Amino acid sequence: MGARHLSLNWASSLSSKIAGLVPGRKGKPPPPAGRSYVEFLIESSIRVLGFSTIGFVLLIFFFLLREGLPIFREVAPANLFGTRWYPTFDLFGTLPLIIGSAYVTVASIAIALPLGVATAVFIREVAPHWTREVLKPLIEVLAGIPSVVLGFFGMHVLAPLVRTTMDVPTGLTAFTGAVLLAYMALPTIISVAEDAIDTVPRSYRDAALAMGATHWQTIWRVVVPAARSGIATAVMLGMGRAIGETMAVMMVTGNAARMPISLNSLFMPVRTMTATVAAEMGEVANGSVHYHSLFGIGIILFILTFLINIVAATAIFKKRHRGGLR
Amino acid sequence: MDRYVKQRMGFAFLTACAIAVVAPILVVIGLIFIEGAKAVSLEFISAVPYGGMKEGGIFPAIVGTLILTVGTALASIPVGVAGTIYLAEYARDTWMTRAIRLAIVNLAGIPSIVYGLFGLGMFVLFLHMGTSILAGVLTLAIMTLPVIISTSEEALRAVPMEFRTVSASLGGTRWQGIRYIVLPQAMPGIITGIILGLLRAAGETAPILFTVAAFYLPQLPRSPFDQVMALPYHLYVISTQVPGMPMSVQYGTALVLLILVLSMNLIATVIRSYFRRRRQW
Repeated sequence: MGARHLSLNWASSLSSKIAGLVPGRKGKPPPPAGRSYVEFLIESSIRVLGFSTIGFVLLIFFFLLREGLPIFREVAPANLFGTRWYPTFDLFGTLPLIIGSAYVTVASIAIALPLGVATAVFIREVAPHWTREVLKPLIEVLAGIPSVVLGFFGMHVLAPLVRTTMDVPTGLTAFTGAVLLAYMALPTIISVAEDAIDTVPRSYRDAALAMGATHWQTIWRVVVPAARSGIATAVMLGMGRAIGETMAVMMVTGNAARMPISLNSLFMPVRTMTATVAAEMGEVANGSVHYHSLFGIGIILFILTFLINIVAATAIFKKRHRGGLR
Repeated sequence: MDRYVKQRMGFAFLTACAIAVVAPILVVIGLIFIEGAKAVSLEFISAVPYGGMKEGGIFPAIVGTLILTVGTALASIPVGVAGTIYLAEYARDTWMTRAIRLAIVNLAGIPSIVYGLFGLGMFVLFLHMGTSILAGVLTLAIMTLPVIISTSEEALRAVPMEFRTVSASLGGTRWQGIRYIVLPQAMPGIITGIILGLLRAAGETAPILFTVAAFYLPQLPRSPFDQVMALPYHLYVISTQVPGMPMSVQYGTALVLLILVLSMNLIATVIRSYFRRRRQW
């Protein structure tokens, strides 16, 4: 690497060079001739690669459509959006799967939202420095734990716990999945909520405190409400993660394709879209109706997460103009 | 109620929530370390599985995951770093740039199982790669891109503007400024981003289900068109598909996977905090 001798110290002295203390640049030969041609090549390839991400999204959508669209011709809509998913009997009702995914996702957010926001507030507003230094890396570790490992833990520890404490026939329930999903969504929710709390101007806090509010009143009545749009974004992103999560959900929710419509379905097995694809794709013949139907589920998942992310992203991209000093 | 009592209760509630978030993490890691340590031995990590995978070790799965991770690194780093440089240094705020950002956000949000479907549809079937290391690596690489790009873009943006203007004022071209000034300064952040992306790839199961993972394959791969066993998939298989699998083997496999991922996490954290402390701007 030719840049080795550009140590941090050298670079940091750059600023002093701005002030004109040291004119010119020492120790580096002038660029050889023909350099600009090479640079042109490098810069154009960087440009092309920069645009490649758009290409990847389009490719993914194209191949999902290519393999999944035939299902809408092969199977009548009444069957496709019916309530019975028994592919071996040509019943491709995706409704229980869609509702199953929604059910588990909403339940997981109901757990993760209060926990996540409270933890984010704790980290940003209350926790002493050393606690923060312990909490942040631990939450990052949680984000890094593979979903199979969490699913494995859920199967062997959480599910038996749910079975005995709730006195239900099996611990592999929607609730078990929701708890695992909540913890998988927590790192996302916490870090986005933290950023939201961080963008609340310092003057808001100062004003509340100057009016005689306690620290807690400031947090509860001023900081959290001011950060609510960012917290909403955090929830959206957490939902996106929860809907798409596959392995952990498949391992702990019992995978029964039945309609979860009542509240006590929470403690019964449920089946999500992702688990269906993961569990059945290995057994289907390429090009069969069943194969197309699984890609059809993929299309639904893609569009759902696409919409969720667009909403979340526009909220993030939107530059908020807010008075006050930071 | 006295508002200071209320404050105390409020803070107690926040603390309880933080503990409720963190305590299970420690329980998961602690349990897997304690139970897994009983199974992990030199034989466990260096022998091939036999006897219906109930005996022997998980060597092929470890090697498989390492191959997939290195392959993913080779495929995703050039594209990811180039994409980052484009976004942070070249792109103006046009609708095309916004489209790229939207694409990255969406790539990051696409469910891992959908990546698996895509890999199956494009690499395995359409491009006739078959269920192979190549197909799995390319699928994982696309999944890793958004992580690499969004983390390393932050690193590039953190380099003060003065560094670029000084480079330009000394007669450096734009590329020279990036190559010799900005990139070296941002390198720790970029490396951290790459490790975080690869860590995710190493632990994923859903994208490799139909693209590369082998249920049982006691020998090592000879070409990029071979299948491999992989740790996450192996853990899934032995904990759900094989009846009568001894718990110690399951916990042992989980432990090896966890150690792999945690050590990558640790390396990323150390690099970041070390350079953050040394940084003088």
